[in-house]
Amino acid sequence: MAQQFRTSSGGHIDRGRVISFTFDGKSYQGYEGDTLASALLANGVHLVGRSFKYHRPRGIQTAGSEEPNAIVELRSGPRKEPNTRATTIELFDGLVANSQNRWPSLDFDVMAINNLFSPLLSAGFYYKTFMWPASFWTNVYEHVIRRAAGLGTAATEPDPDHYEQCHEHCDVLVVGAGPAGLSAALAAARTDARVIIVDEHPTLGGSLNRDNYTIDGKHGSEWAAETAAELAAMDNVHVFSRTTVFGYYDHNVIGAVEKVSDHLPVPPAGHPRQRMWLFYPQRVILATGATERPLVFGNNDKPGIMLASAARSYVNAYGVKPGKRVIVATNNNDAYRTAIDLHRAGIFVTAVVDSRAHPDAPLADELKKLSIRLLTGSAVGAAEGGKRVKYAQIVTTQGDTLDPVRIDCDLIACSGGWNPNVHLHSQSGAKPVYDDSILSFVPGESRQAEVSAGAANGSFALQDCLDQGNAAGAEGANMAGFEGKEVKAAKAEDEGVYALEALWIAPTPYNKSYKQFIDQQNDVKASDVELASQEGYDSVELLKRYTTQGMATDQGKTSNVNALAILACQRGEPIPQVGITTFRPPYVPVAMGVFAGHTVGNDFMPVRRTAIHDWNEKQGAVFIEAGLWLRARYFPQYPGDTLYNCYVRETEATRNNVALVDVTTLGKIDIQGPDAPEFLNRLYINNWLKLPVGKARYGIMLREDGMVYDDGTTSRLGENHFFMTTTTANAAGVLAHMEQYHQTEWPDLDVVFCSVTEQWTGIAVAGPNSRKLLEKVIDIDVSNEAFPFMAVGECKLNNITARLFRISFSGELAYEVNVPADYGEQAWLDLLEAGKEMGVGVYGTEALGTMRIEKGHVAGSELDGRTTARDIGLEGMANRAKHFIGKHCSERPALLGDGRLQVVGLKSLVPGRNLRIGAHLVDPDKRLGSVSQSQGHISATTYSPQLDCGIALGLLMDGASRHGEQLDAVFPLDDEKLRVEVCHPVFIDPEGELVRA
Amino acid sequence: MLRIECPWCGVRNEDEFSYGGDATVERPADDASQDDWYHYAYTRDNPAGPHREYWHHVNGCRAWIVVERDTVTHEVFSTAPASPNLPAGNREG
Ligand SMILES: [Zn+2]
Repeated sequence: MAQQFRTSSGGHIDRGRVISFTFDGKSYQGYEGDTLASALLANGVHLVGRSFKYHRPRGIQTAGSEEPNAIVELRSGPRKEPNTRATTIELFDGLVANSQNRWPSLDFDVMAINNLFSPLLSAGFYYKTFMWPASFWTNVYEHVIRRAAGLGTAATEPDPDHYEQCHEHCDVLVVGAGPAGLSAALAAARTDARVIIVDEHPTLGGSLNRDNYTIDGKHGSEWAAETAAELAAMDNVHVFSRTTVFGYYDHNVIGAVEKVSDHLPVPPAGHPRQRMWLFYPQRVILATGATERPLVFGNNDKPGIMLASAARSYVNAYGVKPGKRVIVATNNNDAYRTAIDLHRAGIFVTAVVDSRAHPDAPLADELKKLSIRLLTGSAVGAAEGGKRVKYAQIVTTQGDTLDPVRIDCDLIACSGGWNPNVHLHSQSGAKPVYDDSILSFVPGESRQAEVSAGAANGSFALQDCLDQGNAAGAEGANMAGFEGKEVKAAKAEDEGVYALEALWIAPTPYNKSYKQFIDQQNDVKASDVELASQEGYDSVELLKRYTTQGMATDQGKTSNVNALAILACQRGEPIPQVGITTFRPPYVPVAMGVFAGHTVGNDFMPVRRTAIHDWNEKQGAVFIEAGLWLRARYFPQYPGDTLYNCYVRETEATRNNVALVDVTTLGKIDIQGPDAPEFLNRLYINNWLKLPVGKARYGIMLREDGMVYDDGTTSRLGENHFFMTTTTANAAGVLAHMEQYHQTEWPDLDVVFCSVTEQWTGIAVAGPNSRKLLEKVIDIDVSNEAFPFMAVGECKLNNITARLFRISFSGELAYEVNVPADYGEQAWLDLLEAGKEMGVGVYGTEALGTMRIEKGHVAGSELDGRTTARDIGLEGMANRAKHFIGKHCSERPALLGDGRLQVVGLKSLVPGRNLRIGAHLVDPDKRLGSVSQSQGHISATTYSPQLDCGIALGLLMDGASRHGEQLDAVFPLDDEKLRVEVCHPVFIDPEGELVRA
Repeated sequence: MLRIECPWCGVRNEDEFSYGGDATVERPADDASQDDWYHYAYTRDNPAGPHREYWHHVNGCRAWIVVERDTVTHEVFSTAPASPNLPAGNREG
């Protein structure tokens, strides 16, 4: 029969909306408003998983996000999500869930044999068992651990959904919408403060939806619904349901995840699956409630054993009977409510087992009236049964352990007391303190602008929750600058006192040994804590790591205090002396997707395109990423045209004729002011004071430690006006570097500057025919006499205003034209048109790289942050009579002595073989693989069409004085060894006649 | 997430800034000893507690600012422009 464990009425579910779902391939039905857990229980399904280490059958322990056991794999295909808590999954039509950590099936799991070998898996088993020999790691342990630690499996296809990230500011943020939170939000909102209230459930109300208390004469859930509606209608209030605050960060920044579409089969069009929120409140009110802790007794992990509040929740909120014959085990008054509510729902409560000798009289009377048996001074010592609890062994907690009393049951609802949810308070940097009256931790002194109210503050009485929330809300708004009339909190019925007595571990029947679980998700038992303590791991942080208690995905929400108390018992010390572990974000597991947001795939980083990009694309250029830029790497001319063919062809076109290359990506900085020359003088190692107007100069910048930082050409456009270029890679860094020195060290210099990289398109026109080409389109005299090497001038390219620079990276006669970016493509087309009759070519970064190596120009692979100007052979440029950044440290003795890696050229002596970047340079006689000292490495390589052999630049120990030597370039990963000859790094035109022609 | 008050832009998220190093270290004069320059380039204290640091509002107004911050609690005590020539900022104006 479908849903045979439903109550006849009640619960916040819509019995008119039947929802079908499957669990482990079997079809079931539930109602709208169910969680997966409540729907499974409605169908009598208690066995939902196997435990992590021992593969013991496990059921549903809680009704909330603290669930350690009911962890399932949700959905299938690309949306498959492992390790989700059945207690928080809202049921939707067609939901598919599967149990985890079992093979071949949940009912019959071969790994359950671990249960018998459990002595091997006790505390510290990772450290003790998986020790040696090393070969066991790859051959044995890895497989064992992978198989055994087999929690869910991740989807293998890309996530089809998208995730958003949003920011919101407010005056008062209220976390949690139970009685305290609702009360706080209302009080704050009435002052007109901007209020955000956040709750992880779909419906606001918290414990009011679980308990049967009245507020202002109404059922608590009714009051909650009315208050929620009142808040939602206020313009200054933003209500977030299905939203979990997972992190409390520095400076009162709060992180939350809103599950926008997780309760639906697929996200509606245009909606994200989840949304990450960063909240920036003035004040935070933590009304995060409390979590019940389980009792520790033998076999307390069997399906059919759940928290007393969870049993109440399933009956009252979901209209589900979690059992037919129930034992309520407790050490406090609160669980009596479970007995009464279950009884009223028609469930047979066979006994209330209270560890206290003298329970609360009014409650005892109430049980009597309902004819519910009450056993005082008693506890469940052990549970028995297979895949579901069948009976409990009741022992006495007072005096000698007598023979146990057996009581049959199919559900044990237990309560070991309540722990305030101090997680966010702890994350905020505060230290929770122990409160003996509730045997748990309560918030300590605030470190940030936060206050806790209600159960989160250790005040469990409903009226206290309403009052504290009301006061905290008004006070929070007040501290954020809002005044309001004092309004009294709503009035709750008097539910009596909470009163509990410690029962950290129940005595076992006949003092026999049982598995008494503390942390059910990581299978940590009371005996593991005892063992860890005996072995000296008795500080709380060590205990956690040694036993793994609290380190599962539930972060020990139901187990931390029990573990701590048992450790304290072991050490014979009071709990506060043993301490408390620090809570860290996230409060609940958060999907990586929501942290990534939209920055995935092509949107991971912005793409920068030059003005010539579209033209390049039309030509079929192959692009390469250079930082954020896309640059044309080479231009295939026919199908199957290779990188090698292209760069050889493009290089030859440049060296023999003329070709264009897009150099827009170089950093460009416009510098102006009377102190601009002095500023450059301090930034660069060379002299700038005497650079004439209309001239460019190549410059080198160092870091303070004396290493080369960047290089480039800077031109003097006017007396007080300079134009700097930087490498593509360092464009942003050099600007920040200049800003730092100008603002922190030399504020007296009268100079201003800004990046103009995007404002100008740069085109290099290179090759022996470059002048001939430019003469056709440039309106100034570009002859060698009128416009010599390193000349700079303003001109017009046809009718486009342009700047012309006589500079060369290729080593050929060359010019660089800069035009405003909006005219970049037109200028490019004009140059191509003008060069058409002479057969002008274009080239990409690959040919550019070939020519720079042939010419011996250093670039990023040589300027690797470890080379000095001397190492790259350019010390001669330095003017050491003036001050410049890095001057002093570049003179440190070790940088001037022998043994430095210096830039050299290298030629492959093996015909037809090119060299390899990263290969090490070693003495030639050493056998490959034998121990030989690397004397340097290859930094850049190419085939040189000009020399018709493989050439390279490299960094070689004392290389400047070793030209002519032969070495081996070895690349052990590929078993490769090539003979090379060391030479001058400038392979072609060492005198620079071509560029000056 | 730190929240840093830029003297010009107001309180902004940490991810708009880049950290710029220790602001207590003074750059030596050109004629200072090699040793002074060595310490300037390489040695830094690592105080636990109040500290002065440079931050660059790199994704904002590009100002370099001096931030007095507790390296343990992350509390920011003050922020000011690094350059004495730049006004202290007037966000209202
Ligand atoms: Zn700013």
